[in-house]
Amino acid sequence: MTAVDETIRTDRPDDGPVLEATGVTMRFGGLTAVNNVGMTVRPGEILGLIGPNGAGKTTFFNCLTGMYKPTEGRVRLLGNDLPPKPRAVVMAGMARTFQNIRLFGNMTALENVMVGRYCRTSSMALTSILRGPKFRREERETRARAQELLEFVGLGKSSEHLARNMPYGDQRRLEIARALATEPKLLLLDEPTAGMNPRETQQASDLIFRIRDSGLAVVVIEHDMRFIFNLCDRVLCLVNGQVLVEGTPGEVQSDPRVIEAYIGGAADDEEGDA
Amino acid sequence: MSTSTDIETTYADDAEKVSLWDRIGRPVAPFAWPMVLAGAVILAAGCFLSWSYTDEVLGDLSIDFYPGAVQNLMIIAAVLAVIFALMYRGPFSRLGEWLASATALRVLGLGTTVFMALVIALIGVQAGGLVNVMPGAWISFVGAVLILLGAAGLTPRASKDPLHAHLPSWLEILTIVALLAIVLFGAAYVLDIEDGTVFSLVVLFTGLVAFTLTRAGFFTWVGIIAQTHRRVLMLGAVAVAFLFPFTQDGSDANMSIATQVLIFASTALGLNIVVGLAGLLDLGYIAFLGAGAYVGAMFSHSAFATIGWKPNFLLVVIFGALVSATLGLIIGSPTLRVSGDYLAIVTLAFGEIFRLAMGNLDGQDGPRLTNGPNGIPAIPDLEIGSFNFGETHEVFGITLGRFANYYFLLLVVAAIIITVFTRLNNSRIGRGWIAIREDEKAAEAMGVNTFGLKLFAFAGGAFLAGMAGTIKAHHDVSVTPDQYIFLESAFLLAAVVLGGMGTVAGVLIGATILKLMPEKLRFVADYRLLIFGLLLVLMMRFRPEGLVASKRRQLEFHEEDEELADRVEEVHLVEEQEAKA
Ligand SMILES: Nc1ncnc2c1ncn2[C@@H]1O[C@H](COP(=O)(O)OP(=O)(O)OP(=O)(O)O)[C@@H](O)[C@H]1O
Ligand SMILES: [Mg+2]
Repeated sequence: MTAVDETIRTDRPDDGPVLEATGVTMRFGGLTAVNNVGMTVRPGEILGLIGPNGAGKTTFFNCLTGMYKPTEGRVRLLGNDLPPKPRAVVMAGMARTFQNIRLFGNMTALENVMVGRYCRTSSMALTSILRGPKFRREERETRARAQELLEFVGLGKSSEHLARNMPYGDQRRLEIARALATEPKLLLLDEPTAGMNPRETQQASDLIFRIRDSGLAVVVIEHDMRFIFNLCDRVLCLVNGQVLVEGTPGEVQSDPRVIEAYIGGAADDEEGDA
Repeated sequence: MSTSTDIETTYADDAEKVSLWDRIGRPVAPFAWPMVLAGAVILAAGCFLSWSYTDEVLGDLSIDFYPGAVQNLMIIAAVLAVIFALMYRGPFSRLGEWLASATALRVLGLGTTVFMALVIALIGVQAGGLVNVMPGAWISFVGAVLILLGAAGLTPRASKDPLHAHLPSWLEILTIVALLAIVLFGAAYVLDIEDGTVFSLVVLFTGLVAFTLTRAGFFTWVGIIAQTHRRVLMLGAVAVAFLFPFTQDGSDANMSIATQVLIFASTALGLNIVVGLAGLLDLGYIAFLGAGAYVGAMFSHSAFATIGWKPNFLLVVIFGALVSATLGLIIGSPTLRVSGDYLAIVTLAFGEIFRLAMGNLDGQDGPRLTNGPNGIPAIPDLEIGSFNFGETHEVFGITLGRFANYYFLLLVVAAIIITVFTRLNNSRIGRGWIAIREDEKAAEAMGVNTFGLKLFAFAGGAFLAGMAGTIKAHHDVSVTPDQYIFLESAFLLAAVVLGGMGTVAGVLIGATILKLMPEKLRFVADYRLLIFGLLLVLMMRFRPEGLVASKRRQLEFHEEDEELADRVEEVHLVEEQEAKA
């Protein structure tokens, strides 16, 4: 029964939301980093996730992608319940980048993206050793697709550079290419413009629009408000692990509680420094 | 963060070095070049005169106009110095644009000076006093010093990137063939040296020449042409390995060393999958070789074999490999969920448990499988079809003894292991392993099946070691627990780290060094822990990537080079075309 039900839903993902997270809670001992957060992402939308430092944004991403097992809550992708296992999450169609870049430093840019193809390819040990036609075709396709993705994010010329020697902005874009290689339906970006100059930020913004136009839904964590309000269809503001406000960029921007949360956070910081 | 500080220190070091060389070199700068040439001539001339009063020191260096082994080395050094000098200025200056001749001459000058000083000291010590050192040696020493001083006066120039050197194909192939020939005859020559001191000097000199050529940038170019002509290199290497026994003319002593090197290298290559690719620290890897060896012994025709069934040897090899792989799975499945350091401890314990278990399965404490500490002795030679590995054969008038037979078999095994290693490395599986090594959490978040791949690395590495083990049982004649002590695991790991993690050539070189040195040199055998420990520490400080850097690591030196991408792309295209053909 359920199996049939699910196939019907996956066949027509446009009907429902791409992602539906309800009541996600993550406790570390006494600290509740994420508290009963719900989030719905619709197909083809760019959703912004903002909030002061330590609000729980990254932790929420970790809960969604199975890197943490949420204490409570439920995550549904394209109508299917997601187990808290990173690999299963990627296979189901959700990929992410990291706030503190986590590339495979001693691999080339191209190889990094090729690793992203791992879960969409199937050559096993024996085929790899015997190098049959199927292996060679898959290898060729993997390479070609990875190169395409590098060109898509604007790194076509850097394919043979070692990831760890690339400039910061390129590394962020490379992480996006690697995530895209897993063929996600939903892309989670954790501070994709952190450390970028204005020109690179503009490029990142264009890139995210292009990703959206290719049919993906995107969730972006960012502190750069101008970037967020210009980019997103909807914005969700997280404070102290709870959803404070959810709405269009205009609504969130003018909401006094958001302003207060940020200023309050800043005031806290100053107190902390003093 | 750490990278930037690294770079800064390197720059600082370089700046200091340059200033020291310059300070020495400035006074002689105007006539530096003739000085190098004169030094080389004097160095060579000295070699044709007697170096020592007695003929019992360092081979025989006492006869005029009949250079001994050590003197020949210095003649080679002189020829090299002349060639580099003529590259710096003169007929070979075109070549000098590509190779860092001045830098090479500095290294060579320093090296030969130290070498000559060492030789003079050795003659003094062995013959009882410096009076026994004849003028020839002093002349050569002066020549070496002149090269050193002259080289200091030369100005190092930036050389062009060898990637842009597009030589005719036949010349590149000829270079590869020539280098392989040097390896073959060099190995035969070195192994023939009886005198331990001379052997050390030859090894030292080989290192000096290798270092000189590295600093000149020669090996960067060799690496590139090796990549372009991979087929030629591979065929050539197989030919060299195959021809080696024919240079030995039935001498079992060297062939026995060669077979041991092959067994050790094969095992180290298996470990290289686990350590070099997947980044898992395994400190008990020798147990997998042991498991294979015990399986080989138990199914053998030895009177002490504990199993009555005597299947075909091919079947035994597969059994040994499977038993080993199963052990790998058993030890791996519960422990691979824990991270690095714990794994090291668990595998270390596993290695010890294996050894102790083998020492106890003697019928009293457990089933009688291994005869306990006595092990399984008197394992007869292998017999495949009607070919008996114990017999001597005559091929083209050259005798091939027992060890030569095993050598050829082990060569096949090594070839299989190398093929498996390189093909896995350049595949989806290999990329998965390296991703795990680089950042396991990120790999998992990108959909890499981390647990499965780690388990496969473990079991696969064990499989290969088990395979080698079954042959080792027959080669060694007996199998006992004390052949599989922790130290052996440590040496395997040292071979991988010393040679270059994740590379085939590096591990082969590392294994050869680690196995050959103690066999040829008494003092290395006696102090091998100290010497290898020191060697590893020095490597970690000066060349952490190992003797041979993996392709990925080499790339970092050419980061700014846009054309590199094109050249690498070309190489990929060639590979693809080859694959299609
Ligand atoms: N593994 C963990 N164990 C304990 N506490 C954690 C863990 N991960 C996160 N936290 C805590 O959860 C809270 C939320 O952290 P999180 O990294 O999600 O914030 P954030 O919104 O991403 O902040 P920033 O904007 O600075 O990235 C912080 O107080 C942090 O200390
Ligand atoms: Mg964060």
